[in-house]
Amino acid sequence: QLFFSFFKTLVGKEVIIELKNDLSICGTLHSVDQYLNMKLLDISVTDQDRFPHMLSVKNCFIRGSVVRYVHLPSEHVDTQLLQDATRKEIASNKK
Amino acid sequence: LEMADEKETPIVLGTTVEEPLDLIRLSLDERVYVKMRNDREIRGRLHAFDQHLNMVLAQAEETVTRVEMDEESFEQVYRQTKRTIPMVFVRGDCVILVSPPMRGS
Repeated sequence: QLFFSFFKTLVGKEVIIELKNDLSICGTLHSVDQYLNMKLLDISVTDQDRFPHMLSVKNCFIRGSVVRYVHLPSEHVDTQLLQDATRKEIASNKK
Repeated sequence: LEMADEKETPIVLGTTVEEPLDLIRLSLDERVYVKMRNDREIRGRLHAFDQHLNMVLAQAEETVTRVEMDEESFEQVYRQTKRTIPMVFVRGDCVILVSPPMRGS
């Protein structure tokens, strides 16, 4: 639940999702769910456009399980809040 | 012994280390070393994590290690590629281990 809430605060911001197959997709975060599946709008393939099969794609749905990293805009991340929320999450997950 | 109906939330002081995740909790806001699948490693400042080991790291440096083979000499050469990411979410299913940083790099 922690990261679900965290990603909700980033809706509307630009992120880069790096997939496990090494594809990097830049776009505006439209929505996220409990599985951390994500929808991106107005995407562009970063790094290399060696993946031209995405040329006509504007928006996409990305299954959470295929994500390796999400590059985040540091100016929109409250690190103190994250740390406090982490402590609460760990405490609440104890039996 | 009857189980209480209302939820009793024990007041965890947050300083006792009981489970492995508590050990990671000690590293919050500190630099950590993360070993990942596919011969990757990341060093960065740990700001958040959960029980799946999903994490948010700041000032992260990723090292990817590849083995290249020289076609003529048939020598195997280890090549490391590094890159810095200012703020990154790492999905937990790639994580192998988390530890305080190993100095000497």
